[in-house]
Amino acid sequence: MLTRIIACVASMIFAASAGVAVAQTVKIGLISTYSGPTAAQGDQLDKGVKLFMKLNGSKLPPGVKVELVVRDDAGANPDNAKRIAQELIVRDKVQFLTGLVWTPNAASIAPLAAEAKVPFISMNAAGVGIPYTSDYFARVSFTLWQSSYPLGQWAGKKYKRAYTMVSDFAPGHEAEEAFIKGFKESGGVIVDSVRVPLAATDFSAYMQRVKDAKPDVLFGFNPAGKQATAQMKGFADLDLGKAGVKYIGPGDITTDEELQGMGDVALGVMTVHHYSAAADRPANKAFVAAYKKEYGANLNPGFMSVGAYDAMQLIFDAINAQKGKMDPQATMQYIKSYKNANSPRGPIAIDPETRDIMQNEYLREVRKVGGQLANVEIEVVGKMVKDPWKQLNPKK
Amino acid sequence: MTGPAHTGSYLSDPRVRPMEWLPWVLALVCYFAAPTYLPLGSYILIMILFALSLDLILGYAGIITLGHAAYFGFGAYVAAILAVRVTADPLIGIAVAGISAGLLGWLTGLVILRMRGLTLLMLTLAITSICYEIANKATALTGGADGLGGFNMKPILGLFKFDLFNKTGYLYCLLFLFVAWWLVRRIIYSPFGASLTGIRENVARMHALGSPVYQRLVAVYTISAALAGVAGGLLTHTTEFVGLKVLSFDLSGDLLVMLILGGVGRIYGAFVGPVVYLLAQDSLAKQFPEYWYFGIGLMLVLVVMFARGGILGIVDRLLLRIRRGNT
Repeated sequence: MLTRIIACVASMIFAASAGVAVAQTVKIGLISTYSGPTAAQGDQLDKGVKLFMKLNGSKLPPGVKVELVVRDDAGANPDNAKRIAQELIVRDKVQFLTGLVWTPNAASIAPLAAEAKVPFISMNAAGVGIPYTSDYFARVSFTLWQSSYPLGQWAGKKYKRAYTMVSDFAPGHEAEEAFIKGFKESGGVIVDSVRVPLAATDFSAYMQRVKDAKPDVLFGFNPAGKQATAQMKGFADLDLGKAGVKYIGPGDITTDEELQGMGDVALGVMTVHHYSAAADRPANKAFVAAYKKEYGANLNPGFMSVGAYDAMQLIFDAINAQKGKMDPQATMQYIKSYKNANSPRGPIAIDPETRDIMQNEYLREVRKVGGQLANVEIEVVGKMVKDPWKQLNPKK
Repeated sequence: MTGPAHTGSYLSDPRVRPMEWLPWVLALVCYFAAPTYLPLGSYILIMILFALSLDLILGYAGIITLGHAAYFGFGAYVAAILAVRVTADPLIGIAVAGISAGLLGWLTGLVILRMRGLTLLMLTLAITSICYEIANKATALTGGADGLGGFNMKPILGLFKFDLFNKTGYLYCLLFLFVAWWLVRRIIYSPFGASLTGIRENVARMHALGSPVYQRLVAVYTISAALAGVAGGLLTHTTEFVGLKVLSFDLSGDLLVMLILGGVGRIYGAFVGPVVYLLAQDSLAKQFPEYWYFGIGLMLVLVVMFARGGILGIVDRLLLRIRRGNT
């Protein structure tokens, strides 16, 4: 009798432990902006993540599950974001950190991720120097140097005098620096540069200064979302287009999810960027169709949704490669040689040396396509562009 | 003696009652029982210290302010700039943060405490806005909207290293909170504290008594600002990062809400409010990352409508009812 009980208990324990071994749960900590004035950007990430989970959420090795632990950072709020990340690592024991609309937040988390050895994938935050501060940071979004530097080179050949207007935080400074370098290399002259507070919603005073300076071209950057519309509105209110000023910038200024709301003033705005909802690659057409089916026919996915979608793809690929038994070092090794030929934005890869994104950059113009405004890709200005800043400033 | 006994005053018994040890016992129990909650725990302790500093001027001296984040943020930035440029020793950092915030409190207090009521409220708001804009614009010093980080605090006294689980940070914050609590308690039970309550209740009468009202207010404002600066310095040291949010109007507002939630003018309101508010925020934000603000808002509306005097006010009324029931 006793032996039978022991055998029974032993088999139960065995079954239980086997059950634990089979049902692997990989926890992913997702930090994004769900409240506050910049919730629109967080919403873009959220839509990308949810769409991915709906379409591909079950494409995992047998017995492996993924659990998303979602937290709100309430905007560019680095110390708060750092505490949330700390809690995700310590309390929830997440195996990935991801999300992050904001560069300041990502910059505060990156060293923490290295200390805790948790792979940290940026869905959007573009601050160019972050990979240098953390060996466990990788990026699937973009850097401003990737778009603004080639844009400067292109614009320098067509226009003489440029004015720059960027948001006053790290990515803004980077966009400004990259554009000015490219523009000057092509023989252009910078008339003046102005930095707008990150929280600004009214651009008219700054636009007036541009109007008075009479440049040929205005280079703008803002952290997309509603601010892109606000800056475009400032441009329209002062009739800068009629005053002969061409508006250009990285794709953030004509981000696809906001573009319809900007009105016809956006027509003719030239941008360089890695993603347009209007691109006719098959992978993009499928992505846009799925997005519209999920969120409504009038909504276009913006580049942030694509960043979130591709980041989830990368995380899922890493989980599949290790069959759910996550080892942080192996994950980082996998990420360093990661390639995805079929992203909605075209082929992408992670640069093994810098863990930053490599992707095509397209020159686009806002045109009307079928009665709707669209960022129409005109030409590829760079194939699989590595971040130029890191080429110029290699890690010592 | 009217009013509840534990609000403290010159006339009541200054000895520490057994109940008053409860928060400290609880804090130590949390340290051992919930080691994964210590990052949140440290933040709560910092906000309690910050709320305590506000309670001193708002609850006892009756100075209505919406700009207390100025001193908190100033202390936080001073601690961070010091760590980046001079020394990353935490104790020196806290001392400098506290003293410089106190100095700022003294200088601004000299100007704004000549006013009362709405004018004073507007001036406190203005001071926060000025500090915020300076921090936003002086990017070379403060990092602007990107925040200031990239420094590592040295171990406390060369012995206790700040760790990922925030164990050191938690005890570090608890220690400073204890010192601050002792100080605030001493002030409240002193003649100076009694004169503050007098100013709050009837300024004209205090003037008639020949009490130096303005000097007293400046003194308490300076002490309170220094305590807020210490809280700010603690935040910088435990997160090793400081962002513009520490100087924002939102933070002043949140703090006021926490204090009202706990109960104004009774020391322990500053303990209860932040705990309830931040734990509610933490669990709501986890369950409803998109709509958690709604839950916070609802809680506030309910407290303001049904629980005047905050959570401790409810406790008082309950205790009173039980006592009446017994006799």
